[in-house]
Amino acid sequence: MEEVMLARIQFASTTLFHFIFVPLSIGLALLIAIMQTMYAVKKDEIYLKMTKFWGTFFLINFAVGVVTGIFQEFQFGMNWSTYSRFVGDIFGAPLAVEALLAFFLESTFIGIWVFGWDKVSKKLHLTSIWLVSIGTILSAFWILAANSFMQNPVGYTLQNGRAEMNDIVALLTNEKLWVAFPHTVFGSFATGAFFIIGVSAWNLLKKRDIEFFKRSINISLVIGMLAGLGLAFSGHSQAQYLMHAQPMKMAAAEGLWEDSGDPAAWTVVAKIDVENRESTGRIEIPYLLSYLSFSEFSGKVEGMNTLEAQMIEKHGEGSYIPPVKTTFWSFRIMAVTGGILLALGALGLLLSFRKKITTSVWFLRILVPAIFLPFIGNSFGWIMSEIGRQPWVVNGLMKTADGISPNVSAGQMLFSLISFSTIYTILGIVMVILFIKVIQQGPHEKPKADVAAKDPFETGGIDHAVK
Amino acid sequence: MQLSEIWFLLIAVLFVGFIFLEGFDFGVGMSTKFLAKNDTEKRVLINTIGPVWDANEVWLITAGGAMFAAFPHWYATVFSGYYIPFVVLLLALIARGVSFEFRGKMDSQKWVKTWDWMIFIGSILPPFLFGVLFTSMIRGVPIDADMNMHAGFFDIVNAYTVIGGITFVALAYLHGLLFITLKTTGEIRERAHKAAQKVYGLVGIVIVLFIAMTAYDTNAFVERGAILIPLYGVAIVLYGALFFFLRKKREGLSFTMTGLILVIVMSSFFIALFPNVMISSLDPAFNMSIYEAASGEYSLRIMTIVAFTMVPIVLAYTIWSYYVFRKRLTGDKEHLEY
Ligand code: HDD
Ligand code: HEM
Ligand code: HEM
Repeated sequence: MEEVMLARIQFASTTLFHFIFVPLSIGLALLIAIMQTMYAVKKDEIYLKMTKFWGTFFLINFAVGVVTGIFQEFQFGMNWSTYSRFVGDIFGAPLAVEALLAFFLESTFIGIWVFGWDKVSKKLHLTSIWLVSIGTILSAFWILAANSFMQNPVGYTLQNGRAEMNDIVALLTNEKLWVAFPHTVFGSFATGAFFIIGVSAWNLLKKRDIEFFKRSINISLVIGMLAGLGLAFSGHSQAQYLMHAQPMKMAAAEGLWEDSGDPAAWTVVAKIDVENRESTGRIEIPYLLSYLSFSEFSGKVEGMNTLEAQMIEKHGEGSYIPPVKTTFWSFRIMAVTGGILLALGALGLLLSFRKKITTSVWFLRILVPAIFLPFIGNSFGWIMSEIGRQPWVVNGLMKTADGISPNVSAGQMLFSLISFSTIYTILGIVMVILFIKVIQQGPHEKPKADVAAKDPFETGGIDHAVK
Repeated sequence: MQLSEIWFLLIAVLFVGFIFLEGFDFGVGMSTKFLAKNDTEKRVLINTIGPVWDANEVWLITAGGAMFAAFPHWYATVFSGYYIPFVVLLLALIARGVSFEFRGKMDSQKWVKTWDWMIFIGSILPPFLFGVLFTSMIRGVPIDADMNMHAGFFDIVNAYTVIGGITFVALAYLHGLLFITLKTTGEIRERAHKAAQKVYGLVGIVIVLFIAMTAYDTNAFVERGAILIPLYGVAIVLYGALFFFLRKKREGLSFTMTGLILVIVMSSFFIALFPNVMISSLDPAFNMSIYEAASGEYSLRIMTIVAFTMVPIVLAYTIWSYYVFRKRLTGDKEHLEY
């Protein structure tokens, strides 16, 4: 079972790493498209500068998003071949569609956008960044369609020992998809917005390019606030969905062993004792769990013991309780980041409305570290979602442990785990260095790095290249 | 034609498109080490593929996705069976992909050199590994009754597959050089042309060796000789024609020749496999056929509809993007993005 552990560690770590860059790409693409649109409408050079400056971060980030994505595409086959055989029919389809519909769009038009400033008309150039933004969002939709099948399998029949697709409409109207997609996309918009907000705040604190960063922060605060609201509402629908479709996950997220009272209270914190199957020292907010789950101030929630008994009856002996502590705390960490984001967004908008944002030093100081909040929210959201699904890889159909490749040894997996961790660590460090460098350079156009001038072996130089 | 056969064809087309397009990206990547004399020239080279390399790589991603969706068993067997080669391949693609973006972002020489090496390694390893993969697939690998592949080192790496790898590297390099002659001006264009003429003979030997060993080492000629022999014949004729086009400096035609040869070599693998997707070296009874490996009818039908609506659109804007970037790069610094 060593192999299962290694494959899981590898999947969790590489996907979480991919999802550091993904939301930033999705969020920045939208914001840059908005900025460039403002340039097209208002014809003010500062918006062009904004487009280019924030575009630099976007491109560096996008590159890492792309390369970490390639591995995602193949690792299902590499580490999870039994799983792939079982679900490929229905799970592979959205992946293939994602590539056809989204990846070609993103990658082609990002090429046009980066290299086409003076090669296509202004309108086409603006259209291309919008197409990139749409591409990133489409890609989110299709990959989440695949993931939602794992959370809530629909549109299939079991045939030839495999889950075969028999209803594409069901797959695309999966309830889970329609709560997860807005939630994930709003999370991504928040990520991009708070990135720009934080970097702008840092520069405003240093009193650099005040006009430039003031406008950047104002645009992003609006998007950040809207995204925050979207997150809260869609998060609420996520919880409601969980209540009836994956009640075990919700019970674990609440540390609820026995059935709750009616109305159910929401637990703020508790000490969870997995061994004795109890949670003690609860601090509770009355009515809230009922409200989260049913949009009403009444209603009873089933606990893990009841649910496990039901599952044993349905699927046979075994343990069906996911890692409770991880699920419980991930949920809380995510929700807390959501609360803070909303508060910061509201306060920021208020201050900027009163034209005090550039001088509120204390507030700007908070905004800088707030860059990390959406990343934390995103990661723990996924951890809750995926860990809370355990022991299933496809909910109710296939257990995670049964999904791995039987012909790959622990040694091979370890080799790949170490290789990818190493190269990802390097990528992460390089990204941070480059981001800091771009921030320090500021939004002024610098001539491109020209190593040629310092190259001792330089012979021809550009004179020869230019006819 | 059954839907599963259409999908086998479609996946072949995706791989063919991939090797044709990404082939010159790899070749340009390799040539940065040999052809460029200074940093500006290196940047010119990288910028020739700058706007397109990512979209070209998506052909591979789509091929992978299509295998997963249309032939789950094929996808599962190949990717788990060739585990270590795929780890290396992905590391190389990762290193290459970020290098284009990273290399120009710092002033230090050491920095630039490091990423230049990554571009080189990331451009030479993938075509080599693809060659090894496909040649070993038509040679046959140990696949058991449960469709799982348990390959030892020599099942994957042996004289034939190494030649297969070298064939792709050599062809991609030549293809890349010819792409450079099409996309640049002045001295570097000349130099690329000369370099192409210089490696012409050597690449020719590799191609002949590859064809000979395919005849000797695999069953391909026995099973599919009727198609493969004329097809390889065409490849050799095209290669001969390339000699004259190179002398006459017909850059477009020369590039077309290497492109077509790459197309033929990649297609030949799929022709040799058909109607199987994998050939078992243990027992012909364990060969995986298209029909065994395929998804259900419904799934294939949906995917076919999507593919036949989306592929023309994708092709249209892809061609348009090449049209947008049809101009030669001059090395004028203002216009180099990478
Ligand atoms: C919610 C969004 C989302 C999620 C959950 C994932 N991705 Fe992703 N992926 C994107 C959103 C995205 C993106 C926004 O489209 C990216 C990120 C940055 C980028 O360049 O495109 C991307 C890039 C990207 C690429 C490279 C595309 C290219 O070359 O242009 C591949 C192959 C994948 N992803 C595959 C996957 C797989 C197999 C995932 C599941 C395990 C996955 N991604 C999770
Ligand atoms: C990008 C955002 C995602 C993140 C951060 C993420 C993270 C995780 C985590 C933390 C686990 C649990 C690891 C464990 O308990 O062992 C997991 C499991 C899994 N997820 Fe996701 N996931 C993401 C998206 C997806 C998507 C979109 C898919 C499918 C399309 C997917 C497929 C899987 C599979 C197959 C497993 C089972 C293997 C395992 O348990 O490790 N994940 N993921
Ligand atoms: C405002 C309070 C929030 C609530 C009530 C909430 C609720 C939820 C719930 C219940 C899930 C689990 C869905 C499942 O497992 O099926 C979830 C998942 C997730 N959350 Fe939140 N969330 C909130 C805030 C946030 C914030 C601020 C972020 C990040 C910026 C975020 C990002 C995510 C992500 C990435 C996932 C995993 C994707 C998915 O399963 O849809 N959430 N959220």
